[in-house]
Amino acid sequence: MGEMKNIYLAIVLAPLFGAVMAGLFGRQIGRAGAHVVTIAGVAVSTVLSLYALRTLMQAKAAGLEYVFNETLYTWLVTDGFSFHVGFLVDELTVVMMSVVTFVSLMVHIYTIGYMKDDPGYQRFFSYISLFTFAMLTLVMANNLLQLFFGWEGVGVVSYLLIGFWFKRETAIYANLKAFLVNRVGDAAMVIGIAGVFFVFGSLDYAQIFPRVGELNGLAIEVFEGQPWSMATLISISLFIGAMAKSAQFPLHVWLPDSMEGPTPISALIHAATMVTAGIFLLARMSPVFELSETALSMVLIIGAITAFFMGLLGLVQNDIKRVVAYSTLSQLGYMTVALGASAYSAAIFHLMTHAFFKALLFLGAGSVIIAMHHEQDMRKMGGIGRYMPITYLTALVGSLALVGFPGFAGFFSKDAIIEAVKVSHLPGAGLAYWAVLSGVLVTALYSFRMFFMVFHGKPRMDEQTRSHLHETPLVVTVPLLLLAIPSVVIGWIAIEPMLFSGFFGQSIHVDHHHDVLAHLADHFHGAQAFALHGFTQPPFWLMLTGIVAAWVLFLKKPEWAAALKSRLSPVHQLLDNKYYLDDFNALVFAGGLRGMGRTLWQLGDRVLIDGLLVNGSARLVGWSARVVRHLQTGYLYHYAFVMIIGLVGLAWMARSAAL
Amino acid sequence: MNFAVPNFLPALPEIFLLVSICGVLVVDLFLTDEQRWLTYVLAQFALLLTALAVVFGFSGETVTTFGGMFIGDPLSVLLKVVILLFSTVIFLYSFHYLRAGGQLRGEFFTLALFGILGMMIMVSAHNLLLFYVGLETFSLCLYTLVAYNRDAPKGAEAAVKYFFLGALSSGLLLYGFSLLYGTTGTLSIPEMAAVLTAAGADGSVNPATLFGVVFVVIAIAFKLGLVPFHMWVPDLYEGAPTPVTLYLSTVGKLAALGMAVRLLVDGLGPLFVHWQELLVVLAVLSIALGNLVAIVQTNIKRLLAYSTISHMGFFLLGLLTGTPDGYSAALYYMVVYALTGIAGFGVILLLSRKGFEAERIDDYKGLGRRQPWYAFLMMLVMLSLAGVPPLVGFWAKYSVLMSVISIDMIWLALYALVFSVVGAFYYLRVIKVMFFEESPMVQPVSATADMHWTLTLNALALLGFGLIPGGLLDFCRSVWG
Repeated sequence: MGEMKNIYLAIVLAPLFGAVMAGLFGRQIGRAGAHVVTIAGVAVSTVLSLYALRTLMQAKAAGLEYVFNETLYTWLVTDGFSFHVGFLVDELTVVMMSVVTFVSLMVHIYTIGYMKDDPGYQRFFSYISLFTFAMLTLVMANNLLQLFFGWEGVGVVSYLLIGFWFKRETAIYANLKAFLVNRVGDAAMVIGIAGVFFVFGSLDYAQIFPRVGELNGLAIEVFEGQPWSMATLISISLFIGAMAKSAQFPLHVWLPDSMEGPTPISALIHAATMVTAGIFLLARMSPVFELSETALSMVLIIGAITAFFMGLLGLVQNDIKRVVAYSTLSQLGYMTVALGASAYSAAIFHLMTHAFFKALLFLGAGSVIIAMHHEQDMRKMGGIGRYMPITYLTALVGSLALVGFPGFAGFFSKDAIIEAVKVSHLPGAGLAYWAVLSGVLVTALYSFRMFFMVFHGKPRMDEQTRSHLHETPLVVTVPLLLLAIPSVVIGWIAIEPMLFSGFFGQSIHVDHHHDVLAHLADHFHGAQAFALHGFTQPPFWLMLTGIVAAWVLFLKKPEWAAALKSRLSPVHQLLDNKYYLDDFNALVFAGGLRGMGRTLWQLGDRVLIDGLLVNGSARLVGWSARVVRHLQTGYLYHYAFVMIIGLVGLAWMARSAAL
Repeated sequence: MNFAVPNFLPALPEIFLLVSICGVLVVDLFLTDEQRWLTYVLAQFALLLTALAVVFGFSGETVTTFGGMFIGDPLSVLLKVVILLFSTVIFLYSFHYLRAGGQLRGEFFTLALFGILGMMIMVSAHNLLLFYVGLETFSLCLYTLVAYNRDAPKGAEAAVKYFFLGALSSGLLLYGFSLLYGTTGTLSIPEMAAVLTAAGADGSVNPATLFGVVFVVIAIAFKLGLVPFHMWVPDLYEGAPTPVTLYLSTVGKLAALGMAVRLLVDGLGPLFVHWQELLVVLAVLSIALGNLVAIVQTNIKRLLAYSTISHMGFFLLGLLTGTPDGYSAALYYMVVYALTGIAGFGVILLLSRKGFEAERIDDYKGLGRRQPWYAFLMMLVMLSLAGVPPLVGFWAKYSVLMSVISIDMIWLALYALVFSVVGAFYYLRVIKVMFFEESPMVQPVSATADMHWTLTLNALALLGFGLIPGGLLDFCRSVWG
């Protein structure tokens, strides 16, 4: 185990080293130096993560002790409580580590091409390496405090990267928005963590999970006479934190705007890794969530709303990245639904496949954007497939994986989720089932709308742009190809071990009343059969309908789409304005808070505190000092008189006390 | 009638000092003005040897002699040692100041030494009469010292005021003593305590005794300079020669502490509940008035005078708890206060020269640029007086406030805390003036090496004792074991 400890340390610290080098010495090491050092750092992490994955699986197969849980550094000890920095590496962690480092490596390489002419080249590399460090700290933590550190770390880097082009007004607005919305979630999350600490007196997973049964029947009266189940309170608080980070309705509003950042980070942070931190958190805390059906139902319903309604928004977007962004929201909704249905493994499975194909789609979109000279409006594209064969092919793979075409990675994970929800008995499962099922149709529709609008049909860009269209350089296409491979094959390989053979072992805990995957396992006869079976199922037909509809509406008969749009103009209006949620937030929360702030500032701060308390007391002190000073007249007989008065006063006091 | 020869050993330091003073006095008669440094050197020797005699003459056991009139106990030893050692530093600062100002005369040292002798008798007295002898020895020297500059009108005025008011307070003290003697029938401090304990067993108390307590408390309050018996303090601080102010405001206060403990704790301890409330009133008034009026002062000596008033209020907080912890905290507070005050006046003395007293706050403008090191030392002094950690002044305030909290008088602790915030204002203003204001004045400062290093050590001790507060505090605690 000692040897593994050094390896884990290296996995975390190598990207940090790269980030520091590129960030602090960027000018000295130059552009090439910056990308060499950061890519080397992440490459080391990737290789070691894969090695860790292999070692762990071998150890597990050999029946050895394979879970690594060690404290590296004691940060603080106070009054019987201690806080540590440490690693817990189990099945869940190694999967996350491998996915994070691999996608991060691809994005690092891709960035060389995408950010080629950007003046902030070194800064960008520094940020994404720093992000990798923070994300690894988060997933490898063996306690909630360190997880929270990583959680905030990725939040900060996300903030920095959304506003990477800090001269753009919209980018600054977007990163502020992301930060503020995440504050809401973090506040709840801190309450959740505090709740755990309150009950268990520790934040170490190894301390919490064996004693999780203590939560049973434990209630707390936050308001008098209203006992709340502690398990529910903790779960819901943590889930609200996860909602902000994983962009679940109604805290999703920051994610579409985060597309203001450069495309590589949209792929890395806002699709593949950071936004899945919430999913990871819930999977990690599964023993607690399993105790509260209320919380699970809430997770299920929020996920269902997000999966379906955010998908609809994807239909009306014209910015290529925003389509992918809404698709991400919708897919995160799927993962959340899986969590709510207690199919944690399915959620992590979908997280993994999604990381690959969504990174692929984002990078593909980025490739198109490079070729189009940073034009992102799909209405100005069309027919690009001819000029960019590799991008075209990989985007097709990504889209098929996204819509869940049988055999592609997304199919396995998404179908597993739909099936799992179908057999769940939790309140809200019926609703969620219909949401994720019809979500399939919506997914197919917006995915292929984008695909057709961008790659097929008549070119709609101006002549000059068209004449310059050509395939992007190798640093862009190679990551695309490397991501396309797992987008196809990972489902075949992973579905059986991850979902049905107990790969996650003790790292995920499912109460046997909720164990929907065990239910599915009875009908599972290998990946091939699962794929073939998929062709006969409603999701397949829905998906096919979606693709065909997209083909008809957006490629063959665009006038139908226009007619539909005018027929359904109120709906379109609603979707175009994103359900008016942004306006609502701006008006009620932002406006209300600003109004309250102004009132408190004027009345409370300026009048009461500054005017009355601060300046008032200073004035009072000054005034009394000037008055009392006049008692010092300088006359001896005054002095003696004051003394005699003092004598009389004290004597009178003593006298009255004695009587 | 047999007359037993008393044991002279416990009083040996006092006897030695008396003989030494007489020696210094005689030697001084034969010196010319150029040779006057010899008086200073001899006075220093007298102080140091006396201090050695105090330390080595004390076995660790409490002893009484002269028929129980004189006591040698840990408190008296500690106070004497601190008084003697601090006096050597004071003499050093004063010598340089007086020589530079052309005011060096032998009387200063001999009078100060006689005063120190008085203080030593005071803190060792175990009988009211002996106590009074010590007190008057000390006071008479002070009256004279205040008028050391015979030609300065302010000095003469301060001396007269101090003399009259001092006489008044002495009279009150004697009256109090007579009342106590009348009701208890004894002048011995421990016997008085025993009589009072016996008489108070049934919960009753003789009103005449109570009035005696009031008079004693007033005399103590006068010596400490507590409101409303403080009126002489600002005038005296300003009018007296700076070395005398320094002498009075530091070792003088230590002697006053001895007076308070001997009379109130040792003698009138059984009447604790009665004098406690008097002290509360005095403390509350002093803390408020001292801090408030200091704000509007433009003269740094007057500022320090009002600051002293508030510090004495703080000192009372420890005393009025009536617990050993509180007494130790009060003792600690007083030692720390004296140490800080010596450093502060040391800087004032250093910056003054012939024909120029660095006593207006404006005189400190731009000191941070002209004399960065001395400005830094002055900053340490001010921060320590304000009670800013990690300086020792913080620990002094802290331990006193903790002792008040431990007897559940939380309102009093809060009150003192609020006023120490108010007080921070004028201390910080001095710092601000030194570092953030410009002055066209170019002021040469010449410090001899011994002055420079003593002052440096003195001020850095504030930081040192602040960083490692344990030793001094434990030392003070050991008095009440």
